[in-house]
Amino acid sequence: MNYMTLEVPAKSENESFVRVVVAAFAARLDPTLEEINEVKTAVSEAVTNCILHAYENEQGLIKVKAYLKKNKLSVEIHDTGKGIEDIAQAREPLYTDKPELERSGMGFTIMENFMDELIVESLPREGTVIKMSKVLGKIVENSC
Amino acid sequence: MQVQMFRRKKDLIVRLKGELDHHTAITFRRAVETELKKDTIQNLVLNMQNLTFMDSSGIGAILGRYKQVKAKGGRIVICGLNKYNKKILEIGGLLKIIPVSSSERQALKNL
Repeated sequence: MNYMTLEVPAKSENESFVRVVVAAFAARLDPTLEEINEVKTAVSEAVTNCILHAYENEQGLIKVKAYLKKNKLSVEIHDTGKGIEDIAQAREPLYTDKPELERSGMGFTIMENFMDELIVESLPREGTVIKMSKVLGKIVENSC
Repeated sequence: MQVQMFRRKKDLIVRLKGELDHHTAITFRRAVETELKKDTIQNLVLNMQNLTFMDSSGIGAILGRYKQVKAKGGRIVICGLNKYNKKILEIGGLLKIIPVSSSERQALKNL
């Protein structure tokens, strides 16, 4: 088992950095290019949600935790932002409460499509945790 | 991300290079929106051949330009899709409303 934690300010310029870090951490599972692109995209969606929705472009911290167990990557994205009142509604495809910002409302849908599991936990005015996981690559007995 | 733009008659050709996420979508929107407002421009060809990353922010930004072009009675075509970009557009429902061409040249012909 291996893990990493990363803390960054909720700035859009950090979106690329965070997804590359998670991808690099997952690299030792020898994922396919497609799997890495999918993980990066899902992570990007979660981080963007923190910036746009949790903190609404105000200051805030995003904590990223990632775990590797056998061939499974688990990622958690934590924020202490405004939280989600109705999680089911937020997860509906095309739903967005910020249409004026040209948001497609597909963030959660993409996370669900690209990861094996997605759990959303939130408390209004306290924050949100996104937990997602994906089995990557192949189990190779003698690799290290 | 770099946004290269060319005009050919009433067609605006936009070539994207790099990553299209929430951070860079602002650049994309500003550059293309301004050009599309001009009376000399009617149609949009979006070349995504050199796009190495895209998330739902890209879907939103492209949808915004689609609406802009449609409002002026123009057409929009996407080209240069790889398997990954295509999947994102598919999930976002854009493939149902925006035609895809195999190349920039084909896209211009289709207009």
